[in-house]
Amino acid sequence: MVFMRQHLIDPEVCIRCNTCEENCPIEGAIEHNDDNYVVNAALCEYCMNCIAPCPTGAINNWRNVRQPYSLEQQYLWDELPASIEWADTEGTTEALEEEANQILDVAHQGSGVVPAPATAARPQINLWSQGSPAKAIVAGNYRITEAGTESDVRHIILDFGSQSFPVLEGQSLGVIPPGVDDNGKPHAVRLYSISSPRDGERPNYNNLSLTVKRIAYGEHDETKKGLASNYMCDLQKGDEVEITGPFGSTFLMPNDAAAHIVMLCTGTGVAPFRAMTERRRRMGIVGSGKTMLFFGARSASELPYFGPLQKLSGELLDQELVYSRVGAGTKEYVQDRMLKRASDLAELLEDEDSHFFVCGLKGMETGVENSFKQICLEHNMDWDKIRTTLLAEGRYHIETY
Amino acid sequence: MSTENVRVEVDYNASIPNNVALAEDRRLLKALEEWHPQYLAWWGDMGPEGFNDKEVYLRTAVGVDPKGWAVFDHVKMPDYRWGILLAPKVEGRTIPFGKHKGEPVWQEVPAEYRSMLRRLIVIQGDTEPASVEQQRHLGATAPSLYDMRNLFQVNVEEGRHLWAMVYLLVKYFGKDGREEAKMMLQRRSGNEDSPRILGAFNEETPDWLSFFMFTYFTDRDGKMQLESLAQSGFDPLSLSCRFMLTEEAHHMFVGESGVMRVLERTCEAMNEAGITDPYDVEAIRKMGVIDLPTVQRKLNFHMSVTHDLFGSELSTNAASAFEAGLKGRFKEEKIDDDHQLYDDTYPVTQLLDGQLIDVEENAIAAINGRLLDDYIKDAKGGIGRWNKMIAKLGIQFELTAPHKAFNRDIGQFSDVCVTPQGDIVEQATFEANISSYLPTESDLNYINSLMKPCYEKGQYATWINPPKVGINQRPVDFEYVKLA
Repeated sequence: MVFMRQHLIDPEVCIRCNTCEENCPIEGAIEHNDDNYVVNAALCEYCMNCIAPCPTGAINNWRNVRQPYSLEQQYLWDELPASIEWADTEGTTEALEEEANQILDVAHQGSGVVPAPATAARPQINLWSQGSPAKAIVAGNYRITEAGTESDVRHIILDFGSQSFPVLEGQSLGVIPPGVDDNGKPHAVRLYSISSPRDGERPNYNNLSLTVKRIAYGEHDETKKGLASNYMCDLQKGDEVEITGPFGSTFLMPNDAAAHIVMLCTGTGVAPFRAMTERRRRMGIVGSGKTMLFFGARSASELPYFGPLQKLSGELLDQELVYSRVGAGTKEYVQDRMLKRASDLAELLEDEDSHFFVCGLKGMETGVENSFKQICLEHNMDWDKIRTTLLAEGRYHIETY
Repeated sequence: MSTENVRVEVDYNASIPNNVALAEDRRLLKALEEWHPQYLAWWGDMGPEGFNDKEVYLRTAVGVDPKGWAVFDHVKMPDYRWGILLAPKVEGRTIPFGKHKGEPVWQEVPAEYRSMLRRLIVIQGDTEPASVEQQRHLGATAPSLYDMRNLFQVNVEEGRHLWAMVYLLVKYFGKDGREEAKMMLQRRSGNEDSPRILGAFNEETPDWLSFFMFTYFTDRDGKMQLESLAQSGFDPLSLSCRFMLTEEAHHMFVGESGVMRVLERTCEAMNEAGITDPYDVEAIRKMGVIDLPTVQRKLNFHMSVTHDLFGSELSTNAASAFEAGLKGRFKEEKIDDDHQLYDDTYPVTQLLDGQLIDVEENAIAAINGRLLDDYIKDAKGGIGRWNKMIAKLGIQFELTAPHKAFNRDIGQFSDVCVTPQGDIVEQATFEANISSYLPTESDLNYINSLMKPCYEKGQYATWINPPKVGINQRPVDFEYVKLA
């Protein structure tokens, strides 16, 4: 069964301001009459250029369909048709999956819909759902930032026993915190990137690891705890956790040992990159592919996996650890360090074997892109053109939250 | 904050997102160094009252590409990064209309049009801080944190639009420009001694229904003016306005969805109480919602007052600006004519022999009349969508746009009494019926009685529905403003 994720505009929310049509780079992909603005499914390339500028959010609607809605149908709508929940899916369309899909859509907004790297392994997705989650047992929960620092980041190991939960580096899973919210509904699912490689945190055991930061935020003079992250960080060995997934079929590592992997991250955004690095470490150095990591944190003591990273050889991982809060005058961010490695990055940008991955807070995207732009400018290269090629070939992936 | 401090602390290139090479432009930097602290002082005096120390979930434009111009975060309004951003330049662009049509666009101010151009920019620029001043008390009665956030977003973006115009003044108009930029911060909405330039911008925005109506109807005038200036042969003005239009869309949204949510709440409340007659005002008001006839009268007021902002339908000033290539028509590029209009006519409604009749006039003279007609067509779109919603909820009531001759002080109809339906009547008749045309004191008192702050996260006042979707995919109960 072939499904298409069709991009649609909600006529009840849209104010017909023409901003989407103005920002759309493809002539005719968005059009309008006196009634509605509509998306042409045959032309839309999911570049997402229209999403952020839309003042209403009407633009951000998606339906899984077998046959896309025609322009004529869309013009007649006063409201969007209800989502159809297909019974016989190849695993793309249960309601709960829509929830995970939406989270990933937001996370991937920076790049839009990008294909997986050409040599990535084929991922398994949606094996476990909210209706019938996998039940994992906590095999370990370790703090990996220095005690006493503000960042409490945990390395949590989950064991799946005899349940099948095959994953690839870059994929995520869903955690359902127990209990109900203020409205008596079950809590929404949270997605976490898996930080161990495909053969398990411990090779050939049916387990995996997550990298979770304890979230606290201020509200009305009191400090509130992030519900899911605190639930995760407080887990004890032996506890049972309900898990959905795996999810994600594009942010995946290339299998090709000749592929260069450039990883840019902050904080727990390192999770998929720990998985990729560990995968390469276990494979041994077998190809010409470089593995490069730009990793930003406030300080070394708050950088997840600082210790283990020190043990990796430069030959395996070319690492740039960047700190934004050490002493006066030394504030540095990932984008700054990128400029210091401009000539290496320029060379990699031109290399058809290079793959670039960004993972971390939404705020880092702009800085990273600006640095790429500047590096290109200095090396007489056209970033916009390179970016388009990278995206089209599945060699540039952004997952931010 | 003293002026000295500002000079020391502000790294202009970092604090002012820009794509005009600000750091390299010493003259511009110097001018802004002087203006910037004055602007912040103005914001402190005349910006949103009482909320400058609160964190608001705002959208900041840091670049003009689709990714760069919608960065969301909680920020305090005085720390908002007001940027100077121009839409990307179109290589080889030529003047699209007027007597210079086809010539390359101007990158510098053409000497012969200097004062005309300055006037256009000053008039546009003056409306931006004016609306911030008009709306400064509204935070105190916000119907939700979501609405409060939308108000403040509109306010900071009006502030940025002032920046955009001030940039043009100080960059291209030397000493006069700097003087005008200063004056922008000295005029005050509603001040008798130094009022804002246009009449409608000297009225206070007293309540939230007025705010929604203002953003829907009056900001739409701003949109039409920006659309016309975006056509300009003076390229920096065109590029400035083109980028401002993307932000202006948010203001249209706040107005359209705001009125929609008010109407929806009223209709739902009527249905819940089993009231079918929309004119059963007493029963409807008892439920703490705004009756539809009152909404119609508010609509009549705001739309007709906005009609005046377009100026005289037949105008020599507008004709000169068009001929000079400084200010074009709405969607000029989509109009199929010679864009010079020497031999063209345009129908302008006029009072002849006691009747309202369309008379073919010289098309250049009728530029304002045409823009007004385009505005009316644009504004009617949303009214139609409001009506669809009312019909969907099964209430027999239809909102209508008042006739363009109704309640006018400027232009063809300033001396005639015309009903919202477009009938010419005696002044006495008009005055006898005015309470069914325009909001009465009791309407306004009633609306005012509903204006109680609703500051709890996820709570909305009795007279307005929550929105269908939140901002930037956040839920409707998100903490859009951190009041604690």
